[in-house]
Amino acid sequence: MTAAGHRLEPTIFERSRPGRGGGRIPHPPREALARIPAAQLRTDGPHLPEISEPELTRHYINLSQLNYAVDTGFYPLGSCTMKWNPKVNEWAARLTGFAALHPFAPDELAQGTLQLLWELEQWLAEVGGMRAVTLQPAAGAQGELTGILMVRAYHRSRGDLDRTEVLVPDSAHGTNPATASMAGFKTVSIPSSPDGGVDLAAFRAALGPRTAAVMITNPSTLGLFESRIGGLLDAVHAAGALAYMDGANLNAIMGRFKPGEAGFDAMHFNVHKTFATPHGGGGPGAGPVGVGEKLLPFLPTPRVLREPDGLFRLERAGERPASIGRVRSFAGNTGVLVRAYAYMRANGAAGLREVSDDAVLAANYVKAGVARVLDVPFSRHCMHEFVASSATLKAETGIRTLDIAKRLIDYGFHPPTIYFPLTVEEALLVEPTETEALETLDAFVGALRAIVEEAHADPEALHSAPHSSPVRRLDEATAARQPNLRWRGMTGEQTPCPD
Amino acid sequence: MPYGPHTPEDRAAMLEAIGVASVDELFSDIPAALWASELKLPPPESEVELTRRLRDLAGRNRVDLVSFLGAGAYRHFVPAVVDQLLLRGEFYTAYTPYQPEISQGTLQTIYEYQSMMGELTGMDVISASHYDGASATAEGALMTCRATHRERVLISHAVHPHYRQTLCTYFAGADLVADEIPLVAEGPAAGTTDLAALERMLADPDRPVGGVVVANPSFVGLLEPMAEAARLAHAAGALFAAVVEPVSLAVLASPASYGADVACGEGQPLGIPLAYGGPYLGILGCREPLVRQIPGRLVGLTTDIDGKRAFVMTLRAREQDIRRERASSNICTNQALCALAASMYLASIGPHGLRDVAALGAARAAELERALAGAGAARLHPGPYLNEFAVRVLNAAAVHRRLLARGVLGGLVLAEAMPDDPSLADALLVCATEVTTADEIEVFAAALGEELAEEAR
Repeated sequence: MTAAGHRLEPTIFERSRPGRGGGRIPHPPREALARIPAAQLRTDGPHLPEISEPELTRHYINLSQLNYAVDTGFYPLGSCTMKWNPKVNEWAARLTGFAALHPFAPDELAQGTLQLLWELEQWLAEVGGMRAVTLQPAAGAQGELTGILMVRAYHRSRGDLDRTEVLVPDSAHGTNPATASMAGFKTVSIPSSPDGGVDLAAFRAALGPRTAAVMITNPSTLGLFESRIGGLLDAVHAAGALAYMDGANLNAIMGRFKPGEAGFDAMHFNVHKTFATPHGGGGPGAGPVGVGEKLLPFLPTPRVLREPDGLFRLERAGERPASIGRVRSFAGNTGVLVRAYAYMRANGAAGLREVSDDAVLAANYVKAGVARVLDVPFSRHCMHEFVASSATLKAETGIRTLDIAKRLIDYGFHPPTIYFPLTVEEALLVEPTETEALETLDAFVGALRAIVEEAHADPEALHSAPHSSPVRRLDEATAARQPNLRWRGMTGEQTPCPD
Repeated sequence: MPYGPHTPEDRAAMLEAIGVASVDELFSDIPAALWASELKLPPPESEVELTRRLRDLAGRNRVDLVSFLGAGAYRHFVPAVVDQLLLRGEFYTAYTPYQPEISQGTLQTIYEYQSMMGELTGMDVISASHYDGASATAEGALMTCRATHRERVLISHAVHPHYRQTLCTYFAGADLVADEIPLVAEGPAAGTTDLAALERMLADPDRPVGGVVVANPSFVGLLEPMAEAARLAHAAGALFAAVVEPVSLAVLASPASYGADVACGEGQPLGIPLAYGGPYLGILGCREPLVRQIPGRLVGLTTDIDGKRAFVMTLRAREQDIRRERASSNICTNQALCALAASMYLASIGPHGLRDVAALGAARAAELERALAGAGAARLHPGPYLNEFAVRVLNAAAVHRRLLARGVLGGLVLAEAMPDDPSLADALLVCATEVTTADEIEVFAAALGEELAEEAR
């Protein structure tokens, strides 16, 4: 088990003792709040934990040891690109000049960061074959929303008000249809073809004067390059609609395929996937969006501009009236973007191309190994990830994908993404990334082989897996039926910590 | 590639196992007509070169000025222990805790974050995090419309302009209406949300209001009549969303205490670096009856099959990966590490420490008010404030620029942030926190005094 610690931690509220901690802030004068009307002041609490620094440190260190992470082991979570997060990037983002810069600092005080952002925009545009990039969106899903809102603004600017539908393949990430709804569109789900690719005929049938946009993930969530993409993009544009690319799987195609050159009108980049910024236990990431000529006027404000004298500045409020406006405060998740910049600088063009080549090589290598022990529904070369299925194993032994995933934990691996895409029965979506050594890839395939053998010999051990983790399978039904979403007032009315 | 492990022998072995002669063959699904043009990027840099370049770029930012700039992002002292703990790779290189058995660290810290933020706001439910204060406010406003089945919100003009603009972007997309509540023009309540106008706007029977959004403290630092605004909203069948600043909640009334249904705000002041705007922390919370409307992840307490206490993501049927086009939002990746930073900050500073931060900021701000008034820049509004306020300065943009040359970042030129508000044409928004020193205040006041004397000539 790579997650080293097994000792469950009391909550920080259970560790709290009145009178502990403190001493970090000088005491304010007694009358500091006397000028504030009493009705505005708080009369109760807040009941925050009181804890000394050694206790605090042990609390968080011990908790950290209950986690599995890229820093502790192989994390082949398909669609999430859990690659190595270089340490120098953490150092860079913490440089005082970057970290202490106020977001309302006048442009003349922010030239270093503005130059970094401007250069990063140019590089992302180059990788995507796009005309321009906004760095503002905070995550991939917010990038999608930004892109689809621009599509909406584009159609409206042409008086084309009847386009109310967004077409999305049934294998898409859930964020795509959810985004379409947030942007006021109806989602039309298009079934995939039997070979896992887009069904061109089905798309052609659905495309029409009501279609605002098509959202495509390429490579698809099955890890396959959409070889019919040229025909699809032609059909989309012939129908007067725009094409949006979900760039979640960009790690496969850098230097090989530029979505903008192929005809996509917009795409987002997940810098926490492709450009190695850490996933942070769920975030933060950043979701820059690239656009072609048609959507250029609608980019969110503010853009980063370079003046003829070489100085950089942020666009001012109202400077570009066609903009969809702001999608968040300030310029973006700049601290994350510093890390992405460092990663792109360290790699250069040759390095990024090699990243994609090695990611695809590793995925095909693991796929070849896995194909000997599980179903691999699509046999052609995959991109950076592939789908396996335990449908046959389930029919033979009753062992499901969930059981395999949980047993992988006992073998020291983070499970792949499971039961996604929805179009494949008992799916496991495996994405090894380019930063895992051959020995690790071999060990993972070996673990899967051993689990499949166990499924035939001792299925019960799998039903009850994991056995070695800090906790075992959880009672999710009770958690949802009687939600306990916060500790109540340190009153001791909670389930006490078992330790 | 600097971070890859493969030797030429490794690559050859992989190609052989796959049964292809070259990596190019693996890309044969890309039609030749769509092959990318050459990738043109700067050449790769070694870590020696890269660190030199980054240090140089960071050095081109000026962070050495004496600063009184706040306006939604605040300088605070952060205990050293916070960043040391944040550097644990087990936290920052994990992803969303989809596999709870090996993610109890992340899950418990999110539960503790929800709990601490619940204490500060009084809300029953706090999401695991949203992107920032602006997007959290927009999502909070969307919640009020979903819950009431009404299509209009009223948002105070004194809410941060970036939040109002973001809310407008989100609302335009959802085909919903956001109208602004004007501010009181004069008298003792000048600059605060106009309650009489709010009452009139709520009374329109043809345009029912789902939610009322007011910030406390407001963008210009004033304390708002939150309880009265909440009462008016509820009387009209609308919900009330409070936009709050979390440090202030150590001393100011909590959203729950004045009847807010939704609380949202920016968590950056809780130990998160300024970093030119992000990554920050969107705080979003609500009362229990709205729990199914809240977007984003929630972590709950449960047990495992052996009866051990454990934590797990719950009420997942609201989320995009389950609910797809019927989800409460499209949010997936959030700001979990920033929520962790906020928890560590709150735990390290404690309840008394947080109160000291808020009260010391208020004390420093009062000193700042006196010093600036002495220099000829009196407050713009008469009402109470906590640690941020506007001062009247003629020709504010030019004065602000000249102050920079004297090493002083004299707050925000309000006309640049709110060009649509003539009452703010000649004003600077300034703030003080616990890190502001008496010397800094003296330097600012002296420099401003000289500049104002210059202006007067």
